Amino acid sequence: MSETISEHIEYTKIASVIKPDSKILDLGCGGGELMNYLIKTKNVNAQGVEIDENAIYSCVEKGLTVFHSDMEGAIEAYPDKSFDYVILYNSIQQIQKADTFIEECFRLADKIILGFPNFAYYSARRDLFLGRSPVTKNLPYQWYNTPNLRFLSIQDFKRFCESKNYKILNEFFFTSNKSVNFLPNFFAQTAVFVISK
Amino acid sequence: MAKILTAQTQYFTFDKLVLESKQELKNVTVAYETYGNLNAAKTNAILIAHAFSGDAHAAGFHAGDDKPGWWDSMIGSAKAFDTDKYFVICSNVLGGCAGSTGPSSINPDTNKPYALDFPVITVADMVSAQKKLIDFLGIKKLLSVAGGSMGGMQVLQWAVAYPESLYSVIPIATTMKHSPQQIAFNEVARQSIMADVEWNKGDYYGAKHQPYRGLAVARMIGHITYMSDKSMEEKFSRNRKTASNSSGADFAADFEVEGYLQYRGDSFTKRFDANSYLYITKAMDLFDVSGYKHVAKNKDLKFLVISFASDWLYPSYQSENTVKQLKLKGYNTTYIEIKSTYGHDAFLLEVEGETKLIKHFLNKVSKEI
Repeated sequence: MSETISEHIEYTKIASVIKPDSKILDLGCGGGELMNYLIKTKNVNAQGVEIDENAIYSCVEKGLTVFHSDMEGAIEAYPDKSFDYVILYNSIQQIQKADTFIEECFRLADKIILGFPNFAYYSARRDLFLGRSPVTKNLPYQWYNTPNLRFLSIQDFKRFCESKNYKILNEFFFTSNKSVNFLPNFFAQTAVFVISK
Repeated sequence: MAKILTAQTQYFTFDKLVLESKQELKNVTVAYETYGNLNAAKTNAILIAHAFSGDAHAAGFHAGDDKPGWWDSMIGSAKAFDTDKYFVICSNVLGGCAGSTGPSSINPDTNKPYALDFPVITVADMVSAQKKLIDFLGIKKLLSVAGGSMGGMQVLQWAVAYPESLYSVIPIATTMKHSPQQIAFNEVARQSIMADVEWNKGDYYGAKHQPYRGLAVARMIGHITYMSDKSMEEKFSRNRKTASNSSGADFAADFEVEGYLQYRGDSFTKRFDANSYLYITKAMDLFDVSGYKHVAKNKDLKFLVISFASDWLYPSYQSENTVKQLKLKGYNTTYIEIKSTYGHDAFLLEVEGETKLIKHFLNKVSKEI
């Protein structure tokens, strides 16, 4: 139950930064819950990209427009600035060359909304301290079955933006079902950033 | 319990069709069937385009038949193309031999079958004949045009030629143009027909012997390309025919796969015309709607593009190319590659996945009208 509520909080925050009627590309859109939410609340024109076949069926069931493809292969065909926002919600950690991929996303939109599980969350640190790879609610996988290639923290991402001269327009941090404002790199399970060039 | 559809082929005839080649075809007949009812606003019509060897009988049973139409699993009450909601139309293609005008039809100028006097036809010509039928039925805008394989080519051609007459299109297991490999398979099939002495340069109508051997071999080649390595393994393996314990020296059908191909080849000759085979495969090979200039102008047009993972005759990359072109032009396009081991035949067999997709897609399109 709490997961639905927590997602809902994240969706609300994401929706709060999106202009109504804008064009959105959701890369790694899963079953399309976020797109559906944004269409309902912001009347956006959204399309998604997803690699999982069953997730595609869920999207079509919701009446969404979706491409069955990996994220890297999907974005090359779009013309420059086809969208107002590219959303990478819990998908950037699965990208092989995350830095060049983000740069390519800026070809498609001026703003990128990026959400990821925070690897420096305290219980992940505790797991590492105890000598095992972290398994948390937002990093639920074992080392042998995780789809995640990248394990980044909030601090890592801020430094990355600094080094690339990306502007952070908004930042939101969450744990379970609520926002986190105090020491997010330690207490937040999830982060959402809105960045521009 | 779903209702059982009874179907009947109907015929629509018009005086002439100007072909893409600028030639005129006189006294054109289009064979068609319809299922379900057209609503008062005439906004619930869906055209189903058949594949290479298909016909107008897409669903339901003809009186006395024990086998339903070729896409009966998809068309009917509560099915993907739900005849409780939609008015479904399927017509036999121009150049065909199942009721529509083709090379076996009577040439009004000579009162003899056309044979090779039949003009070269294209997929665009097949579609303009369908458009005449749709106009005749009083339908201004189709809710959707759907079809697999060569049916998918007609679907793409509709989007190019009559975008304003459509709300949506569903191209399945198809391509914007044939690859050299696809042309090559068709050429082998054509050569096998033309190498049959009974073919007699296309002039065999009413003759004592028909070019059945060549036509059967052509169909056998086709059947191989419709299956996959895996589906053939599952269906036949290296199983021997029960009657066979030969050493192979008589080159009879020892393996089940041989018997199957021979059976499918032979039974095909009972329902298909060799010259239609030549004309239609040529039309497929000539088809090419790739490139910007061909993409539809109606920006509201919605696409649902479906491909199948083990289809090596119309591989997924061809559907992906279509999708790429549509994306570049900013069309509302949904694409899925359905995981399947059936090869190209999957579009007739993967009913569950296709139903899920098409049902919801059509539902969305009808809501937005």
